[in-house]
Amino acid sequence: MIAFLIKRLMHAILVMFVISVLAFAIQDNLGDPVQQMVGQSVPESERAALRDRLGLNDPFLVQYARFAKNAVQGDFGYSYFYREPALEVIARHLPATLELVFAATLIIVLLSVPIGVYSAIKPRSPFSRFFMGASIIGISIPVFLTAIVLIQIFSIGMTVTLFPEGTAWGAWLNSALSTQGNMPSFGRGYDLVHVMGHWDTNLATWDGLKHLVLPAVSLASIMLPLFIRLIRAEMMEVLQSEYVKYARAKGISMRRVYFVHALKNTMLPVITVGGVQIGTMVAYTILTETVFQWPGMGLMFLDAINRADIPLIVTYLMIVGVIFVVTNTIVDLIYGFVNPTVKLTGKPA
Amino acid sequence: MALLEVSQLDVRFALRQGEVRALRGVNFTLERGERLGIVGESGAGKSVAAFSLLNLIAKPGFIAGGSIKFEGKALNTMSERGLRKVRGNRISMIFQDPMMTLNPVLSIGEQMVECLKAHRRISTKAARAIALDKLRQVQIPSPEKRLDQYPHELSGGMRQRIIIAIALLLDPDIIIADEPTTALDVTIQAEIMALLLELCEQHNVGLILITHDLGVVSQVTQRMLVMYAGRVIEEGPTREIINDPQHPYTQGLINALPQMATPGEKLNQIRGSMPSLSNLPSGCAFHPRCDFINRTNGQPRPACTEQVPEFVTSGNCRVACHMVAELIEDRRLKEETS
Amino acid sequence: MTTTTSTPSRWERLRDSFLWYSFKRDRTAQLCLAVFICMVIAAFASPLLAPTDPYDLRQIDILDSELPPFWIDGADERYALGTDAQGRDLWSIVLYGTRVSLLIGFGAVMLQALLGVTFGLMAGYLGGRVDAFLMRLADIQLSFSTLMVAIVVGAVVKATMGSAFYSQYAVLMLILIIGLAEWPQYARTVRASVLAEKNKEYVDAARVMGLRSKRIMFRHVLPNTLSPIFVISTVQIANAIISEAALSFLGLGMPETHPSLGSLIKAGFDYIQSGSWWITLIPGAVLVVLVLSINLLGDWLRDVMNPRLYKG
Repeated sequence: MIAFLIKRLMHAILVMFVISVLAFAIQDNLGDPVQQMVGQSVPESERAALRDRLGLNDPFLVQYARFAKNAVQGDFGYSYFYREPALEVIARHLPATLELVFAATLIIVLLSVPIGVYSAIKPRSPFSRFFMGASIIGISIPVFLTAIVLIQIFSIGMTVTLFPEGTAWGAWLNSALSTQGNMPSFGRGYDLVHVMGHWDTNLATWDGLKHLVLPAVSLASIMLPLFIRLIRAEMMEVLQSEYVKYARAKGISMRRVYFVHALKNTMLPVITVGGVQIGTMVAYTILTETVFQWPGMGLMFLDAINRADIPLIVTYLMIVGVIFVVTNTIVDLIYGFVNPTVKLTGKPA
Repeated sequence: MALLEVSQLDVRFALRQGEVRALRGVNFTLERGERLGIVGESGAGKSVAAFSLLNLIAKPGFIAGGSIKFEGKALNTMSERGLRKVRGNRISMIFQDPMMTLNPVLSIGEQMVECLKAHRRISTKAARAIALDKLRQVQIPSPEKRLDQYPHELSGGMRQRIIIAIALLLDPDIIIADEPTTALDVTIQAEIMALLLELCEQHNVGLILITHDLGVVSQVTQRMLVMYAGRVIEEGPTREIINDPQHPYTQGLINALPQMATPGEKLNQIRGSMPSLSNLPSGCAFHPRCDFINRTNGQPRPACTEQVPEFVTSGNCRVACHMVAELIEDRRLKEETS
Repeated sequence: MTTTTSTPSRWERLRDSFLWYSFKRDRTAQLCLAVFICMVIAAFASPLLAPTDPYDLRQIDILDSELPPFWIDGADERYALGTDAQGRDLWSIVLYGTRVSLLIGFGAVMLQALLGVTFGLMAGYLGGRVDAFLMRLADIQLSFSTLMVAIVVGAVVKATMGSAFYSQYAVLMLILIIGLAEWPQYARTVRASVLAEKNKEYVDAARVMGLRSKRIMFRHVLPNTLSPIFVISTVQIANAIISEAALSFLGLGMPETHPSLGSLIKAGFDYIQSGSWWITLIPGAVLVVLVLSINLLGDWLRDVMNPRLYKG
C-alpha cells in the first residue's frame, strides 16, 4: 500500500511539475502584472522600478520557484477581472461543474453497463444492433451539437408539419413528433439549496434538477457510446475465456456466470479507461457549459480566455491538473481493490 | 445399462466456409467406476468429444446427431436447466490449462463454494468445510490458507490440485479430464496423474481421460479409444491395445514413443500430418499416411480410398481398418479349410 | 533488396485479397465511401458548385438574412437552403465551410502522423530512456485529454499573437494545434507494433546484414506498421474535424468571415432562440454525416484489417 502510494505520489508530482512549468511559462510570457496594477499614465521609469520590486527581472528559475512556492500555499495571484484571489473565483465556480460531471457520470454508468453487457451477451438481438448503430452515430456528433439539438427539441420546441395534417395518421405523427419545449436550457436556475461554503446544489429541488437534465445529458452523450462499445468489446472477449467455460462446466447459473465471473473481469479495463475519460470530460464541460451558460469552471475559463485574465487561466490549469491527478489516483486505487493481482494491501503473497 | 452411453455422436461446426464435421458417428460407453482413455493427435476431435458430452461446445459448434445417455437420460436433448444439474454435480470436468481455468478475480474459496451452492441447499460455512476437506484430499500444503487466496498466488501444480478438488466437491459419478497434465511441468505431471488415479479409485468415480500421452493412458485407464479425424478407429481394453495394436495408426503411435526407439537412431514418426477436418481424404481418412498401402507396390488399395472401414472385432478389441478386416477374414478361411 | 520486393507485394496483397473482397460485400462501407468521396469532391469544387462566393462581401445583401430553406414557407428561390444571419447563401457557405473543415482535418492528421510515427518509431526501436521519456510525455498529454490541450494551446497562441493575427492564419494555427495535441495516439500505436515487429526474424536478419538502424526502421519496420496506422488515421481524421469544430465553436478557431462547419454552427446558435434553426442545424447535419461516414469506414477497416491497436 505504502509503496503504491509513494509511486502514485511521485507520478502526481511529476505531472503537476510539468503543468506548473507550462502554467508559469504562460504567465511569465503573457501576464504583465504591472500593466494591470497601474494605469497607462504611469511613466516607464516607475514601471521598471515596480518590476524590479516585484522580482519580475529575476532569472526564470528564481521566479518559477517563487511561483511554485506561492501555488503550494494556495496563492495563485489575483484575477484581473474579478479583482479577487483567483483560487476564490475557481472555488465559487467549482461546485456547478462538479455537479454537472457527477450527473453525467451517473447517466453514463447507469446506462452503459446494462446496455454494454446485454449487447455482449446477445450480440445478434435487434436491441443490441440498434444500440451499436446508435453508438457510432453518437460518437460522430460533437457534444455542442447534441446540446443544440436538445435545446431545439426540448427547450424551444418543435412543430412538425411534415405529414399530411388532413389524415388521421398524419395528424397523429405530427403531434407525436412535435415537442412542447419547456425544459430550461439556461444556467442553473434560482431554486438552489445552499449546502456549505460556496456549494449551492441543483440536486435538492425539482427545478434545480430540471435545469441539470439537458446539460448533463449533453455531457454524457459524448462518453456514453464509447463506454457502451468498450464494455461490449471487453465482455465479449471475457465470455470467450476458459474460466467462463469452466464456470459453466461447474453447473453455475448463467446469471452468476455473466454478472460475477464475466462482469468483474470486464470492468477491470473499463475502470482504467474510465479514469482517463473523466479527465476528458472536464474538457468537454467547457463546451457544454458554454452552450447552456452553466456557471461552472468551464464557462469561467472561456470567459477568462476572452478577457485575457491570465492568472485565472493559469489557476484553472493548475486546478484541472490537480483534479486529473486525484481522479487518476482514485481510479488506480479502485482498480487495485477490484483486481486481486495488484498488490495494494501489502499482504505477503 | 451402462452409466454413460454415447452412440452415433455427430458434432459439426457451422463456419463461414461451410460446415465442418468434427465428430462422425462416435460410439462408446462407460461403466460406473470405469476409467476410459481417449487418445489421438491434436485435431482428432478428442476435446470436442469431451465438451460435447455436457453440451458445452462453443458457438459455431453444435451436436448434429446421435445421443448421449447418462443413466438412461439423453443429455443432448436435455434443457439447459436440467443440464446444469448434471454439470459439476454428477459429471465434473478438469480443464487443460490450470493457469486459464480459474477466474483470476475470485478467491479459491468463492469458486469452490459457488459450485456447492449451485447444486445443494447449504450454508456458506458448511460449504467451506466441505471445500477444506476436499483440499486436504488433494494433498495441498496448508489447505486452510488456500480458501482466501487468489489463483495468481498459486503455482500451476497447486491450481490443478484445486481444480481436482473442485471436480470432487459434489462426489460426482464421472470426471472428464481434458489433458489434465499437458500444461504442467514434467516433474509435476506424474504426481498430479497419480493423485487423480488414487482419488478416482478411492471414491469409485468414473474417469474419461483425454490425452495424447499413451504412457499415461496405459497407467491410468482400463479401456481406451483411439481417435483419428473425428472417428473412433480402435477401441478395447487398454492393455491389449498397447501390447498388440491392430490399426496401423495405433501401431504408428506406439512405435513413435521414445522408449520404442533404439538409442542413437531417429524416432519412428508417422509420415505426414493429421488432415484438416474440412478437407478429409476419401475412404479411410488415414490412407495417405498408412504404411500398409506402400507395401503393396505403393498402390493404395481401392477399398481404402473408396470405402469408410467398418468396425471388426479382433479379440476384445474393435478396429476400423480394411487391412485388419482382410487379415481376420483370411485367418477365418484358413481355419475353416484346415 | 528485400524492401523493393516486400513493400509492393504487401500492398498488392491488401488490394487483391481480403480488403477488396470484404468491401465488395459490405453495403455500409460502400455507401460511406461514396458519401465521403462526394463530400470531398463537392467541398473542393465549391468555387464551381456554389452559386455565390460567400467570401465576397459585395455579393451579400443583409436584407436577405435569416431566410428559411425551400421546404418552409417564406423561402426565397435564390437560396435553396436559406441564408444565415448575414444574408449569405447557406448552400454556398456550407460548401466552403466543409472545404475548410476537411483541409484542417487532413492537415492536422498529416502532422499528427508525422510527429507520432517519428516519435513512435524512436520510442519503440531505440527503447531505453528515449522510450521512457516519450511515452511519459504521451501519457501526461493524454491524461490531460487532447481537447483540453488543444483549447489551452489555442487560447495561449491567441492571447500571444492577438486575435487579428490568429484569425488571419487560423487554418495553419488549427492544423498546428490539433496536430500537436493528438500525436500520442499515433506514437503509442506505432510503438506497440514496432515492439511486436522488432523481435521478428527479418529485423534480426537486417541487423546481421549490417544495415544501420535508421534504415532498418524506415525501410523494414515501418512498412509493417502501416495497417494499424491506416486504421487509426480514419478515426483521427474524424476526431480532428470534430476538434476543429469544437475549437471554432469556442471562438478559438475559424473566424466568421472565413467559416468552417464549426464556426457556422457557433454563428447560427445565437439565432436558434429566434426560430432560425436551419442556420445552425444544417451545417451541423453536414458535419455529422461527414464524421459518421468516416467513422463507419474506420469501423469497417478495423474489422477487416484487425491490426494490433493500442488498447486503452
